Amino acid sequence: MRLSIQSTPARYSCANLARRLSHARPGRPGALIGALIGGRNGFLSASPLHKHPISTLIPPRLPKTTSRTSLSFQQCHAYTTHPSTTNPNPFRAAIIGSGPAGFYTAYRLLSKLLTAHVDMYEQLPVPYGLARFGVAPDHPEVKNCENKFEEVAEDSRFTYIGNVAVGRDVELKEMKAHYDSIIFAYGASQDRKLGIPGEDLGGVYSAREFVGWYNGLPQLASLAPALDAGEDAIVIGQGNVALDVARILLTPVDALRKTDITEAALETLAKSRVKRVKVVGRRGPLQAAFTVKEVRELMHIPGVSFTPISSSFYPENPKSLPRIQRRIGEVLLKGTPDAPPDTSPKNWSLSFLLSPKSFNPSPDNDKHISSITFAPQRFADDADRYSNAARVVPNTEEQDMTLPASVAFRSIGYKSAALLGLSDIGVLFDSKLGVIPNDAYGRVMSPSLGPGNLSAGHVPGLYCAGWVKRGPTGVIASTMKDAFTTADVVVQDWAEEVPFLGHEEGAKGERRGWDALREKVESRGVRPVGWKEWHVIDKVEKERGAAKGKPREKFGTVEEMLEVLDR
Amino acid sequence: MPFRLSRTSSITTETPFGPSILQRSRRRFSSTPISRHGHLEPPKPGEELTVTFIDKEGEKHEFKVKEGDNLLDIAQANDLEMEGACGGSCSCSTCHVIVVSDHYDQMEPADEEENDMLDLAFGLTETSRLGCQVKMSKDLDGLVVQLPAMTRNLSPNDFK
Ligand SMILES: Cc1cc2nc3c(=O)[nH]c(=O)nc-3n(C[C@H](O)[C@H](O)[C@H](O)COP(=O)(O)OP(=O)(O)OC[C@H]3O[C@@H](n4cnc5c(N)ncnc54)[C@H](O)[C@@H]3O)c2cc1C
Ligand SMILES: NC(=O)c1ccc[n+]([C@@H]2O[C@H](COP(=O)([O-])OP(=O)(O)OC[C@H]3O[C@@H](n4cnc5c(N)ncnc54)[C@H](OP(=O)(O)O)[C@@H]3O)[C@@H](O)[C@H]2O)c1
Repeated sequence: MRLSIQSTPARYSCANLARRLSHARPGRPGALIGALIGGRNGFLSASPLHKHPISTLIPPRLPKTTSRTSLSFQQCHAYTTHPSTTNPNPFRAAIIGSGPAGFYTAYRLLSKLLTAHVDMYEQLPVPYGLARFGVAPDHPEVKNCENKFEEVAEDSRFTYIGNVAVGRDVELKEMKAHYDSIIFAYGASQDRKLGIPGEDLGGVYSAREFVGWYNGLPQLASLAPALDAGEDAIVIGQGNVALDVARILLTPVDALRKTDITEAALETLAKSRVKRVKVVGRRGPLQAAFTVKEVRELMHIPGVSFTPISSSFYPENPKSLPRIQRRIGEVLLKGTPDAPPDTSPKNWSLSFLLSPKSFNPSPDNDKHISSITFAPQRFADDADRYSNAARVVPNTEEQDMTLPASVAFRSIGYKSAALLGLSDIGVLFDSKLGVIPNDAYGRVMSPSLGPGNLSAGHVPGLYCAGWVKRGPTGVIASTMKDAFTTADVVVQDWAEEVPFLGHEEGAKGERRGWDALREKVESRGVRPVGWKEWHVIDKVEKERGAAKGKPREKFGTVEEMLEVLDR
Repeated sequence: MPFRLSRTSSITTETPFGPSILQRSRRRFSSTPISRHGHLEPPKPGEELTVTFIDKEGEKHEFKVKEGDNLLDIAQANDLEMEGACGGSCSCSTCHVIVVSDHYDQMEPADEEENDMLDLAFGLTETSRLGCQVKMSKDLDGLVVQLPAMTRNLSPNDFK
C-alpha cells in the first residue's frame, strides 16, 4: 500500500524564505514565511498574510493512519492521511476557465485535497479552451490531454458550469461570498497589436482570429479571410502560431478534410489562391520562437518548397550551438532538397531582420492590403548574434523593404485582458504585461496589501494559473507544470491556515458555491451548460463529423450548441 | 489494483524543514494521486525485469515488469507522479525521465520525433529520454531512472 505524501515544493521555499528573512533582518521575532514576490511585476515583499513563526516548523513524522477513500476517478488509489481534522468544511474553489490551466489545476487540487470541491466556469458551452480552439486540427494527438480532463470532470467533487461568463453573467463580487478561493485560469482572449499604419485594412488579420476561425470559435465564425485576393501571404512573427498559420495555408486541402477543421474553413481554403507564404521575423533564425517539430512539418508538405536561408546567420561550426538551436538550424539549412523552389507549385520562406512599418493599401482598392513595408534591422553592437536573446536595432544603412501581400497575418502573440469586475475584488490587472499580478507561484498579488514599505501582498483566496498568470507563451506541458504549481500553493496555503475568501468578513461555515449562485444567475436569462450536456453536444458533433469522415464537426455558434440541448 | 511486487523506500517523507503539511493542519488533506492509467500484465515468473524510479523526493520505487512495457505505463500503473499529457503519442514532453544507471548507451537511441519533444523538456540532460518511448528489454534489466520535478521548484535562487 502506498503511504507516501505528495510534497508541496513551495513549502520548502517558505522555509528558505523564512531563513533568508530572518537572516536578513536578525532579531526580528516571528520571521515571516510565505508569499514570495518575485521581481517579475516589480513587487518585492513577504506577504503579511502568510505569517508563520519558524518555530512551527517542527520535525516531521510519518502519518499513522491510512484509509481508503472513494473518489470517482477511475482506478484511483486514494488514501487519506489525516482523519483527525477539526475543520469539517469542504474547500470550495471556483476555477474560471476550462482550458488546460483550469483543468490541470482542478486535477491537482482534487488529487491533493480530499475535501476540495471545484466549480469550473467556462464562458462557452464547450470546454477545453485552446486545446479545442487553438491547437491545430492536424495535430489531434496534442488534444489527447482532453482524456485526462474528461476523467477530472467525472469526479463527483467537480462541477462544470459552461456558458457562464464570469464578469458578464455572474459578478466576481457575488461569487466571492460563496467560495473559499477563486482561481483565474481564463487564458488570453485578445492579441497584441503592432500599432502601425494600415493594421485595420481588409486582408490583415491576427493569427488568433484566423486560428479561431478555422477551429470553429463561435465569435470568429464570420471572419471569411480573403484568401482569394492574391497569391502572396505574409505572416508577421516567428513563433509556432505563425507556423500553424503557414501550414494551414499551404497544406493540400484534401489532407485537412480528415481533421476536425470546420467545413466553412475547408470551403474557403479550397478557394484559396495563396501560393507563397513568407514568415517574417524582426530578428534572426537563432532568435526565432518556433520549435523544431513545427519547422520540420513545413518541410514535408507535398509540393511546397522552402527558399534556402543564408548560412551567414550561423557560426562556422553550427554544431557548436546549443542543442535546440542546432537542431532547428539543421532542418532550416537542409531545407527541401526534394522540392526545388522553381518547380514546386507552392513555396514558403523565412525572412529575417525585418520589422514591420506599415500595411499598404492596394492602388485599386484602398480598403484592402497589397503590400507591407519593413524597416531592416541589424544585431545591436553589444549583442551576441548566436544567442537567442540577441537584440536588434534599426539598420539605418539599408532602405525600407516593401513586400507584396494579398493577405497578412499578425502573429506576434496573444494577450490577456482584465476580467470585468476584477478591481471590485481587489485585483489590479497588469495591462502592460497582460497578466494578473502574481508571485510567480500563482498567488494573486496586490500592490497595496503589504506591510510598511514592503508594499505588495497576497489577496487572500485569489490565485491564477496558465496564460493569464505567465503571459501567452508555453506549450500545454508548461501550462500543466504551471497549473500544478498553483494548485500546490493553494493546498499549502490551506494547510497553513492562511486567510482565504470570506475571512475578512468573518464569514464562517461552509461555502455553497454554484448551488448558492445558480438561481440568481439563471434569473438573468443565462442558460448554464453542465458536463452531461457537454457530452450531448460532443456526441452530436462527433456524429456530424463521422458523416463526413472527420473526427468531429464543431458547431459554429453558441445557439446551435444550445439548440441540441433544448430541442 | 495495479500489481506492485516490491518497493524499496530509501528515503522517508522527512524534510529538513518540518513535518508534512498534512500533519500540521486542521484542514483535511488527501495524499491522493488520482486517476492513473495503465493496466499492465504482471511478468511471468522467471522473466521479471527490474526497473527503479527515483521520484523527485529522492524516494526509490522498484518494480518487477515484463519485457516490452514502457516506462510511462509502468509509472502510471504504479501511481508515480508522471503525466502523459499526449497519451504516450510522443507529442509532448511530460513523461521526461533521466537515465541514471549506465544503461543509456544500451538503449535504442532516441529517434528524431523523440528528440524533437525532448528539446521542449524541462531540465534536459545528456541522458534524458521520454518514458513513453523506452520499452523494457533484457538489456535494460536493472534500469534506474529519475523523475524530474513536475512543478516549479523553489530554489534559494528564487529569493535573490
Ligand atoms: C494557435 C495555438 C496553437 C497551439 N498549439 C499547441 C500545441 O500544438 N501543443 C501545445 O502543447 N500547446 C499548444 N498551444 C499552447 C496551449 O494552447 C496553451 O499552453 C494552453 O492552452 C494555455 O492554457 P490556458 O488554460 O491558460 O488558456 P486557454 O486554453 O485559453 O483557456 C482559457 C479558457 O477560459 C475561458 N474564459 C475566458 N474568459 C472567461 C470568462 N470571463 N468566464 C469564463 N471562462 C472564460 C476561455 O473560453 C477558455 O476556454 C497552442 C496555442 C495556440 C494559441
Ligand atoms: N505545435 C506547438 O507546439 C505549438 C503551436 C502553436 C503555439 N504553441 C505555443 O503557444 C505559445 C504562443 O505562440 P506564439 O507564436 O503566439 O508566440 P511566441 O512563441 O511568443 O512568438 C511570437 C513571435 O512574434 C514576434 N514578435 C513579437 N512582437 C513583435 C513585433 N512587435 N514585431 C515583430 N515581431 C514580433 C516574436 O519575435 P521576438 O522574439 O523578436 O519578440 C516571436 O517571433 C508558444 O509557447 C508556442 O510554442 C505551440
